[in-house]
Amino acid sequence: MGRKIANIQLSEEYEGVLRKEQRSFMTGNEVVAWAALAAKADFMYGYPITPQNEIMHYWARLAPHFGRGFLQTEDEMSAGFAMLGGALVGKKTFSATAGPGNVLMQEPISMAEMMRIPGVWIIQQRGGPSTATVIYSQQELRLTTTGGNGEGLRIVYSTASHQELFEYTIKAFNTAWQYRFPTFVLGDGYQAKMREAVTLFRPEARGWRLIPAEPILRPPGVPARDRDPVHLRNTFNIEEELYDRLVDQLAAYDRMTAEVIEWEAEVSPETELLLVAHGIVARAAKQAQENLNRQGKKVGYFRPITVRPFPGSALRQAVAANPNLRLLVVESAHGQLLALVKAELYGFTNPLDSLLRPGVGITAEEIEEAVTQHGQKEAVS
Amino acid sequence: MRESGRMVIREPLVNENMPLSWRKETKPHRFCPGCGHGIALKALGEVVDELGILDQVLYGCDIGCSLLSWDFFNFDSIQTHHGRTIPVIVGAKRARPETVGIAYMGDGGGYAIGAQHLVNAAQRGEQITAILANNTLYAMTGGQMAPTTLPGQKTGTSPYGREVTKTGLPLQGPELVAAIAPEGSYVARATVGEYQQLKKYLKKALDNQIAGRGFSFVEVLSTCPTNWRTNAKQTWAFLQGEMARHFKVGEFRAAETIPAGEER
Ligand SMILES: Cc1ncc(C[n+]2csc(CCOP(=O)(O)OP(=O)(O)O)c2C)c(N)n1
Ligand code: SF4
Ligand SMILES: [Mg+2]
Repeated sequence: MGRKIANIQLSEEYEGVLRKEQRSFMTGNEVVAWAALAAKADFMYGYPITPQNEIMHYWARLAPHFGRGFLQTEDEMSAGFAMLGGALVGKKTFSATAGPGNVLMQEPISMAEMMRIPGVWIIQQRGGPSTATVIYSQQELRLTTTGGNGEGLRIVYSTASHQELFEYTIKAFNTAWQYRFPTFVLGDGYQAKMREAVTLFRPEARGWRLIPAEPILRPPGVPARDRDPVHLRNTFNIEEELYDRLVDQLAAYDRMTAEVIEWEAEVSPETELLLVAHGIVARAAKQAQENLNRQGKKVGYFRPITVRPFPGSALRQAVAANPNLRLLVVESAHGQLLALVKAELYGFTNPLDSLLRPGVGITAEEIEEAVTQHGQKEAVS
Repeated sequence: MRESGRMVIREPLVNENMPLSWRKETKPHRFCPGCGHGIALKALGEVVDELGILDQVLYGCDIGCSLLSWDFFNFDSIQTHHGRTIPVIVGAKRARPETVGIAYMGDGGGYAIGAQHLVNAAQRGEQITAILANNTLYAMTGGQMAPTTLPGQKTGTSPYGREVTKTGLPLQGPELVAAIAPEGSYVARATVGEYQQLKKYLKKALDNQIAGRGFSFVEVLSTCPTNWRTNAKQTWAFLQGEMARHFKVGEFRAAETIPAGEER
């Protein structure tokens, strides 16, 4: 006899659920909960905020059946700091938040950065600033990539579909526990709430190796007898002490960058216009590109998947494909992706235009229209 | 006496006067002379020794002068953020319940910036031990007014003395926690002026966690001669006199107060 939980028929022994590939039709939030389960996440600490609530709902429903934990905390700071506590004693911890919750979450994330404590955060972007809308935006790009009082030593995957939500959530756990930098899946309210088809699978069945979590504090042995006690601090007495620490961390981040950066690009020496977008807007951009290409327009496409670290050399390579290439940056924010693109293209003189709609969705038709009316408004630098 | 190189404890009680769980390499400690933090932590170390839980303890210290204790002990420790020690220890305890989680903080950390964590951890009955050193001000940042500052007490941000009509009366932490914590909680106020009692309360607070009964909270009346600008005699007089008048020492909730048969 089976039992239905969160749209999936569970076998008597719940362990069997993800043994096979399973085609499903569900919301993005539900996908994330299944992905965390598949990634062998141990514990979620969370605080309600739309549009991520159902991640908590599904996880809270699933967790007890799989020996995983859930705690609803008093706020996002508490959720984030509790994640760090769990990760320190060797558990895979995660949370999900959005908007003002993402703002509060930055404090624990900065501690994670300083102390190299792994963790996975799912961000379902909503309108901003302030409480704004519970619906959608891409306005949390800057906050998620470089929020906090530090150097933004994080990895941020910007997803565009439910399949990606599933796969990058699993990947985020691996990245976080392999490199010990805070890791994010940057989704949005559309991805959170809409339903679409997705194939859930057990990562091991596809040959994906899951990186195990090791205790940083309370590893085996009696401290001061079998091993030194582990003492972790984030406060330093002198500038040089901090500087030395940061030099090491920045070097580790740089070494990691080549291994984690991901992007999609479609560009050739004939390309005249390059559409640049991330996340769900990249999906509209891709569709616009295909439509325009059918009309004989020579349009290319570039999408950073890791928005931090940013695939800068790949972007420069794409732009260098044709010296007369023009760019059109498209985003549901007022120039947050644009700023990253400009920084990466410093020294290039290609014309650059943008379609910026903060807090509002963007369709392929709107992009096509912008391309058709495209004028040379500004140069890269 | 200082030893060089890696520390190895060969047999119990090599540190004659120091608790076994004190880390010799980091002594003398970094607190000012006459500071209450060192006394509270000495008591904590002795209690951990007596309970034999060195290998189970996870110790978190706040940002405040408590941050100076990040390498104070021989057990594993984490220095957190100002006010955020409780959630870090809660997260660890929830993830690995066999841990004995200790969150050590100041009155600013516990009653001001982190008050929501104290209140909610108490209300949920989190199985951790929170220890809060009440020195009536923000010491680390140079002596500003705290929720616990006494009426008329001069601090950096109450230069003419705390005016209760504008900034309220000293917060009564254990009383607040006792009012909201579920059955099985242990709540007490100790003082560094009564060392044996302090040890007794800390031991009960840890015992309560080990027995899985519930949340444990001990406020410790502490001293800060540096920011009080007091000599030894004045420091003692302020602790035992004015502070004791405003803050009642004793147990507010203990296992014995739970009706028989209802103990969890
Ligand atoms: C978010 C944040 N705000 C402010 C500070 C500055 N700060 C450091 S310690 C401290 C006060 C400490 O007072 P208390 O908690 O009473 O500890 P004490 O030093 O008195 O032992 C403050 C405000 C900080 N570190 N972080
Ligand atoms: S400033 Fe006060 S609380 Fe801080 S170490 Fe010195 S005496 Fe102790
Ligand atoms: Mg204080």
